[in-house]
Amino acid sequence: MTTYIIRRLLVTIPVLFGIILVVFIVGRLLPGDPCHILLGERASNAVCAAFNHDFGYDRPVLQQFGDYLSALSHGDLGRSLRTNLPVGDLLISRLPMTVELSFYALLFATIVGILLGVLSAYRRNSAVDVVTMAIANLGVSIPVFVLGLLFAFLFAIVLKDTFFALPPAGRLTAGVSVVPLAERWGLTGYAGPVRAIVDFVSNMYTFNALLSFQWGLLADGLRHLILPAVALGTIPLAIIARITRSSLLEVLGLDYVRTARAKGLAESAVVRKHGLPNAMLPVVTIIGLQVGGLLAGAVLTETIFGLAGVGRALYDAITSHDFAVIQGFVFVISVGFLLVNLLVDISYAYLDPRIRLS
Amino acid sequence: MSSVASPADLIADQLATARPASLWRDTIANVLRQRNAQIGLVVLAILVFFAVFADQLAAFGPDDVLLGHEDGVKRLTAPCVHLLGCAPTQVEHFFGLDGNARDEFSRVIHGARISLWIGFVTVGFAIVIGALIGLVAGYAEGVLDTVLMRTMDVILVFPSLLLAIAIVAALGPSLLNAQIAIGIVAIPIYARVMRASVLTVKENGFVTASRALGEGAAGLIFRRILPNAVTPIIVTGTLGIATAVLEVAALSFLGLGAQPPLAEWGSMIGLDRKYLFTAPHLILFPGIFLSMTVFGFNLLGDGLRDALDPRLNR
Repeated sequence: MTTYIIRRLLVTIPVLFGIILVVFIVGRLLPGDPCHILLGERASNAVCAAFNHDFGYDRPVLQQFGDYLSALSHGDLGRSLRTNLPVGDLLISRLPMTVELSFYALLFATIVGILLGVLSAYRRNSAVDVVTMAIANLGVSIPVFVLGLLFAFLFAIVLKDTFFALPPAGRLTAGVSVVPLAERWGLTGYAGPVRAIVDFVSNMYTFNALLSFQWGLLADGLRHLILPAVALGTIPLAIIARITRSSLLEVLGLDYVRTARAKGLAESAVVRKHGLPNAMLPVVTIIGLQVGGLLAGAVLTETIFGLAGVGRALYDAITSHDFAVIQGFVFVISVGFLLVNLLVDISYAYLDPRIRLS
Repeated sequence: MSSVASPADLIADQLATARPASLWRDTIANVLRQRNAQIGLVVLAILVFFAVFADQLAAFGPDDVLLGHEDGVKRLTAPCVHLLGCAPTQVEHFFGLDGNARDEFSRVIHGARISLWIGFVTVGFAIVIGALIGLVAGYAEGVLDTVLMRTMDVILVFPSLLLAIAIVAALGPSLLNAQIAIGIVAIPIYARVMRASVLTVKENGFVTASRALGEGAAGLIFRRILPNAVTPIIVTGTLGIATAVLEVAALSFLGLGAQPPLAEWGSMIGLDRKYLFTAPHLILFPGIFLSMTVFGFNLLGDGLRDALDPRLNR
């Protein structure tokens, strides 16, 4: 297992370098110079020279790449071209929201997706199967932004004043306040990595509420997360349901399942104990692959639901041509995606010995 | 003496009576048997109908502002269909009017033209470049193969929409740039599919025979290998059109793709979402058409895959 993990980590290094290179190249694709795009057509040459010098655009490209690599190795993602603030700080402040949203979206997609997939395979070719797969086919076809907007309209306007009414925007109802965990736990005087982690968790409001027993805050936070999480999770849900169904059907056709049936086991026990555990391998891979789509989908979801996460910050950076922020965010999200899939690969090898031995 | 025919006779007999197999005829028959593909084809046929006859079906041009042209016209008017009980005194607008008092129905059906065009051109671009890379990599093998395919792997590592956002943000927002970006992030998929089929096809006897007869590399690649390696690309491409339409619409929604006043569904939804609570029809109708397009290509792609992949023919 250790050999497999080491080998897998070694393969990741050139890919990581590739990501850095692609992000750097995309950052230099700009037609015209960043100065005029950002400061306007009428920026004087002197102003532009100072701007270019300040951000290192006046150096040879290879040297710029070297600077970029060296900065990255120190965890420096550069400064925002617009606010001059470090991109890393902006990211840290926005990431908790996005991680929280993606977590609930993936949780929803995984639980409901696997349930629907199992149901569909269990009752294959029945009306339940046809309806479930029709829903799955529709689910992958409705864009996140259309679904999100229609949800917002349905639950905030049509169902207004009913039990099902849900807020169309924001993270919390006005007036509900969040006490940072650091304050609650008396850590305000501390700094360093532990404090950073506490602050990060603290900014994921529902986790904060759970850890500090603020049930009102938890309920309010969850109510605001339902619509975005369901909208964001629908496409992964449909994909997971389809893969679960086909994988389970394949496993249920194998000899050992026939043996299990032959010894008189009830069909539900066959599916639960013999089919499902072995059908889960492709599903785990697919779940890992959905993370990339979720992070990209978060840009759209956060924009629609007015959530101040990474996606929203990326949207703002796009509209204000802040390439440094775009570049930094795309880099971090892609590396995050890479790491998630690394974890999936490793867990896959753990679940299936054939992989780590091949 | 037995009158049973020898095996050789039986084979000869079958060869004499069997209808010559035609890949394409079999494929089309197979595809038409799939329920998914049937639904997909019907949905796409409706869209193609709208796209082709948009000018005849629409009472107005997609960009015509009706203020001053029609009595009592108001911006953001809700849909009005006389058959469904809308007052006959009111002018009929199937999908209502948008924020600039343009007929939403005309814009939506003209959007079908744009979105189908987007889908085919974007995927066509990705297929041509991806297939070339895959052909060269698969045929050459060795260092060239490694370099090309590792480059493709790096592009595949990125969440595709995110890399596309970065590319368009750099190139500048426009429909063409959005198509280029979505095309670029799709190239590795086709390169991989093509390389895999080239690796299988080139081991066939007929390729070796052509090489022995003195055919050059270009002839081998384009005349012998390509025609026999193209099927998986068609399947992947059909499913790819769904993704391309979806992602270009997402970029347009973010303001990075089609620019106003072009009647592109993603951009229409993006611009009109500020009217969500007052005029939801402006989100609903382009949303339905966009989803229908993606749905149609997804189903057709699934059907094609089932029909063309012999492993699935059970």
